[in-house]
Amino acid sequence: MPNLNDILIMLPELYLVAAACLLLLVDAFMKAEQPVLLGLNGREVLHWTSILVVLVAIYLVISGQPEQPVRAFGGMFVRDGVAEILKVFALLCVALIFIYARSYLADRKLFVGEFYTLMIFAVIGVMLLVSAGNLITVYLGLELLTLSSYALVALNRDSKLSSEAAVKYFVLGALASGMLLYGMSMVYGATATLDLATLHNAAAHTGVPNLLLFGLIFMIIGIGFKLGAAPFHMWIPDVYQGSPTAVTIFIGSAPKLAAFGMAYRLLESGLGDLSAHWQQMLAALAVLSLAIGNLVAIVQTNLKRLLAYSTISHMGYLLLGLVNAGPEGYASALFYAISYALMGTAAFGVILALARAGFECEEIDDLKGLNQRSPWMAFLMMLVMFSLAGVPPLFGFFAKFLVLQSAIHAGMLWLAIVGAVFAIIGLYYYLRVVKVMYFDAPVEGTELKPQRDPAMRLVLSLNALTLLVLGLYWGPLLGWCKSVFPG
Amino acid sequence: MITLSHFIVLGAVLFCIAVASLFINRKNVIVLLMSIELMLLAVNINFVAFSRFLGDVAGQVFVFFILTVAAAETAIGLAILVLLFRNRSTINIAEIDSMKG
Repeated sequence: MPNLNDILIMLPELYLVAAACLLLLVDAFMKAEQPVLLGLNGREVLHWTSILVVLVAIYLVISGQPEQPVRAFGGMFVRDGVAEILKVFALLCVALIFIYARSYLADRKLFVGEFYTLMIFAVIGVMLLVSAGNLITVYLGLELLTLSSYALVALNRDSKLSSEAAVKYFVLGALASGMLLYGMSMVYGATATLDLATLHNAAAHTGVPNLLLFGLIFMIIGIGFKLGAAPFHMWIPDVYQGSPTAVTIFIGSAPKLAAFGMAYRLLESGLGDLSAHWQQMLAALAVLSLAIGNLVAIVQTNLKRLLAYSTISHMGYLLLGLVNAGPEGYASALFYAISYALMGTAAFGVILALARAGFECEEIDDLKGLNQRSPWMAFLMMLVMFSLAGVPPLFGFFAKFLVLQSAIHAGMLWLAIVGAVFAIIGLYYYLRVVKVMYFDAPVEGTELKPQRDPAMRLVLSLNALTLLVLGLYWGPLLGWCKSVFPG
Repeated sequence: MITLSHFIVLGAVLFCIAVASLFINRKNVIVLLMSIELMLLAVNINFVAFSRFLGDVAGQVFVFFILTVAAAETAIGLAILVLLFRNRSTINIAEIDSMKG
């Protein structure tokens, strides 16, 4: 029977569920356009309350963290170091997104309560997924995240692109869930258990029956879909381009952390003894993602689409870390996932800052001459682009270095060479964005001025500068990542 | 005598039909929703069959969760479909192609 202790272990998630339901009620009953508190109108109160709710959740995650991993509800839910670090950064991303998205949403009449509650429910899904101790929890966390994301993608109800992106995301997402479930059913059939810890032992004892391998392949396809690794990347570009940028920024950040968490739970906690088999499959996915992501990104003219293909290539690098299948590899992959989440929020944050009513700022040409119009925004964008490209001394460089190193230590030198070659190819399209900002003349008649929201400018600057700071002082974060994977 | 493998083959055949219809069907998004549903039901057959033959009840519990989530998923899918029809006046898959590259 569940007892009070189980509930305390799950406190951050339960708190967020209660808070999200409360926010939904507040949104329904508060007068949206009239001043209700301290001169702020209802929507603004909701906005700041949501940020507060997420920050309190971060506090609860960190403050209640037990010394040793603990399991609750009969092993359904695991609270360990990996879950803690992923939850902290996923929640941080959501808080950043709330701050960045406000002006964008307000300009498009999308500044509504649903955005906040759906985002919070999605991040609850992330938290459940990364804390999963059972295949049922993996599935439920994943579905909570993806169902909320479908609705978020379709948030702009009158946009043709938005609804098209939602349909594509929905169909391919459902296909991925189906594949994952089919794999889970096979794994269940081979081992007679849904609990990941028991599964790990059972897999060690029974040897490797074909049924288990068959299930593993389907599960890898499901994970590949959720990561957005090639050849399961088809949904990524359309969803990134079609959804409102305020939602794209979410899809490009927290769910990547969740996908890493899911891969770690399923492959290491569940099927760690089969690593010899899944290493090869992940290596193939990594090479394909690196190639397709970097090569197709070169020909893109739409900035959001370019970042989508860049995501695919970054997932390739993340897989290089997972391929190692040891504590060093997981730590480097986790470090990479965190660096990508921070870079993704900053990149889309700049786009959000430059977009205004009737101007999406999503073509690369829209950035022409940004340096003359707004030098600071151009500088921030340059930092982010250099970091994504992996130019030292930025955060992205060190993250790439670590995953390449862990691939070499796994005895896959060829894979590291492929990664390094594609990093150089990738430089081209990131530098193109920088070139357009600094060396092209601005298009006459366009107003490329950033939003005036001071909170957003401050936080966005901090977010981008963090990439520089963490590039120089990566020690503490790397130490944290390493400490959660005991050898 | 009906054995476990009969059920697993049935599940596999249903799953293949569902996945194939997802890719072959070029006409109608509603058919896609039906194939997604069929895919999840094929998985449910697997779970129930394994659960019965392994004598472990957890698989059947999983089926309850899958059924519930499938219902929620279909609800969201239909809602998105309504949006799509309102914006484009068509639910023909071949015409949903404004983003490429």
